[in-house]
Amino acid sequence: MTASAAAQTPSATDWRSVVRIGLLGGLVALYLCLVGIVEVFQPRALVTNIITLGETSMVLAAVAPVFLILRGKQIEPRRAVAIGAVVGSITGAFPAALVIISASINLRAMFLHASPVTTDVLTFGLGVAGVWVPIIGLAAVGALTGLLLTARADIQRPVTDALLALLLIGLFAGVLRPPLLASTVTAGIGRLLLADNGLTIIGAIVTVLVVVGGRIGIRRFGTRSRLDALSPERKRAVRPVSLIALILLVLWLPHGVGPFFAQVVAVVALYVLMGLGLNITLGLAGLLDLGFVAFFAVGAYTVGLLTSTAEYGIAQWPFWAAVPFAVIIAMMFGAFFGLPILGIRGDYLAIATLGFGEIIRILAGSDLMKGLLGGPRGIINIPKPIEVAPDSLLAGPVQIYYIALVAAVIVALVAIRLRASRIGRAWIAIREDEDVAEALGINLVQTKLLAYMIGAAFAGLGGAIFAGLLGSIFASSVTLFVSINVASLIIIGGMGSIPGVVVGAIFLIGIPELFREFSEYRFLFYGVALIAMMRFRPEGLLPSKIIRRDLHAMHEELESNSLDDERSPAGVAG
Amino acid sequence: MALLEVTQITKRFGGLSAVRQLDFSVEPGAIVSVIGPNGAGKTTFFNCIAGFYRPEEGQIVFDGTTIKGLRRDQIAHLGISRTYQNIRLFANMTALENIMVGEHHRLHGSWLGAVLNTAKVRAEEAANADEARRLLEFVGLKGKGDILADKLPYGAQRRLEIGRALANQPKLLLLDEPTAGMNPAETAQMTNFIRSLRDELGITILLIEHQMRVVMGISERITVLDYGEKIAEGTAREIQTNAKVIEAYLGSGGAAEVPDLPEDRRPETSPSVS
Repeated sequence: MTASAAAQTPSATDWRSVVRIGLLGGLVALYLCLVGIVEVFQPRALVTNIITLGETSMVLAAVAPVFLILRGKQIEPRRAVAIGAVVGSITGAFPAALVIISASINLRAMFLHASPVTTDVLTFGLGVAGVWVPIIGLAAVGALTGLLLTARADIQRPVTDALLALLLIGLFAGVLRPPLLASTVTAGIGRLLLADNGLTIIGAIVTVLVVVGGRIGIRRFGTRSRLDALSPERKRAVRPVSLIALILLVLWLPHGVGPFFAQVVAVVALYVLMGLGLNITLGLAGLLDLGFVAFFAVGAYTVGLLTSTAEYGIAQWPFWAAVPFAVIIAMMFGAFFGLPILGIRGDYLAIATLGFGEIIRILAGSDLMKGLLGGPRGIINIPKPIEVAPDSLLAGPVQIYYIALVAAVIVALVAIRLRASRIGRAWIAIREDEDVAEALGINLVQTKLLAYMIGAAFAGLGGAIFAGLLGSIFASSVTLFVSINVASLIIIGGMGSIPGVVVGAIFLIGIPELFREFSEYRFLFYGVALIAMMRFRPEGLLPSKIIRRDLHAMHEELESNSLDDERSPAGVAG
Repeated sequence: MALLEVTQITKRFGGLSAVRQLDFSVEPGAIVSVIGPNGAGKTTFFNCIAGFYRPEEGQIVFDGTTIKGLRRDQIAHLGISRTYQNIRLFANMTALENIMVGEHHRLHGSWLGAVLNTAKVRAEEAANADEARRLLEFVGLKGKGDILADKLPYGAQRRLEIGRALANQPKLLLLDEPTAGMNPAETAQMTNFIRSLRDELGITILLIEHQMRVVMGISERITVLDYGEKIAEGTAREIQTNAKVIEAYLGSGGAAEVPDLPEDRRPETSPSVS
């Protein structure tokens, strides 16, 4: 109905949908206040003394709905500003209402974060007297967003880019600062541009100037189009250079970012390794294995038992002697678990494997296995993979990073080789149509079991390296979340795609680690990210070609069907 | 000795017997057809042979081996390949890969060999790909190997599915309505192609068809099913004049000769018949 109304008067604004989306923005803003994001993010600045992350969250709550309304529409700027102001003020009305209500009623029994701190953020410290601040402030934000979205492209692009750059650099200031401060040459620049919790004002100005200047420079001198215009031979010549640069960057990474972030990148590399392993089971053979952590635990505990010099160690082997055993035993567990359940299909397989993960976790922490695995206290004193001096280049998490990296490269190689073999074809055939695959002479149990066991082997390898990273292994380390993390990073990154796994691991494992102080919101972030992915980009960030094609073919089909639906009544009428 | 010997098989779904006490045999090197109205149990019968269903009663012996109760892959190993009424290719694999999947069980490369990319595995893969390309050419899809299966035109998909079945080097090929949805020219081409499978490759062929022209033209023997039972068996000429067959297709009192039915009144596709 709205569509037909719009068709009759194309220039009219559909105020009902404007109000509706404004209300939606208001609910999001209210939600952000009540779950405490505004309060908890307040101490971190985006630009010091100018805007905090808490305030930024409110600004984004107003920008997003205006963007949703105006996206892809041809509207004159004055009307766009009006729409933006209306949406912004509706959005701001919700937090304003919260300010009034929480002043008169104590909401904190139910909503811990409906606190004076939140009120202060929302009113710039004015209390109830400042109830107009969120309304007027977000109306202004909405109006500016409307103005920006209808601006000429040569103004809109640099401004948008500058704002995005401010947001990104401000968020990651804490990561960017240590490497700059590490060297005396760059320390001065680092202090000038970055405070310890965000950009300095000078840093913000420099960022804006650089981005806007770069944008103008590209337009004036056409750097990008010149790169596009390179002959294919020249491009091929550029490729190895950029590849080497990438490799050097990857190798340098743990040294550049300081000891805390070295641990983070080591964990990311470990998840890349495990993501690649699960990608064989899930991406190639289509077996949704949610019990990945079971084999991770087997690998970690095997290394622990064989190498620990403390109470539960049984052999005191060196780390490297234990790793192959960990992998083989994980693989045997894979066969043991896999045999009874591989006749199950799809969702049921996911539920069964989920159960296995839980069985292992509960066993590891149980009194039954306490004499063997140490119960909740776990196994400690697992030796480092490489014994080096504490100030060496390979000290601490850095060596784990390199080990995980090498292991990930090996897993990727195995995955590529298998994909191109008869086994890989059989896996894909099973994923596509199990019945037909079997009628072509493929033994389903054998072939699926192999995929499951190879996935388990790599999970075991991940667990073994993890034990080396922590130097100990506890029942509390082998939770369901390991499985969920690995499965989610494949979904976010793009199923069946190796670069997708890397991007997914950085996005889901790396970034949340950088925001440790907000860790209680980690799963909120996961949930929003997964829903957004399913809604807007179901194939993942960097999908394999085939899956992207598949999903898009499905979309086109749906769209052409809906077009047919629209057309058919018209055809009858005509 | 018959290549395929089916004795007294019965397949029930709940209280309904889709196939009832059926005797059937195929001589080596023959082209044999199974026809019958909608719901006569033709595809159920196929599914019993290929191991998709397990009949409650009776025996199926293929090439001297009892195959009733074997898994589908075991039956494929013994030399039975099939196609499907509604094409079931691996849509996200290329034409060449589809055929290479069909060659799966004749290869021996282990996963470890594939990971290490040993000389033996490489040689086997190369031979496998060559063989697949040869088959692709045989089914008339030369040079189309890199196209994804579901991007091929309809007729080509039918032929690719047959090519995939042939990759198994079967002794017996089960074709489930190979000319369904084809125009007369394509149908004639497919008929010749099916005959060439037998004449050039020596493969015994068992097909389900509803286009009488196809069936009458190429089958040495025809079996007619109705309500899961065999109502007639014989050469094309014998079937054409069989009173029971005419009745099954047209109801009692039907006088028209079955093979001369116009296209739009073909028994299988006309809903009014069922």
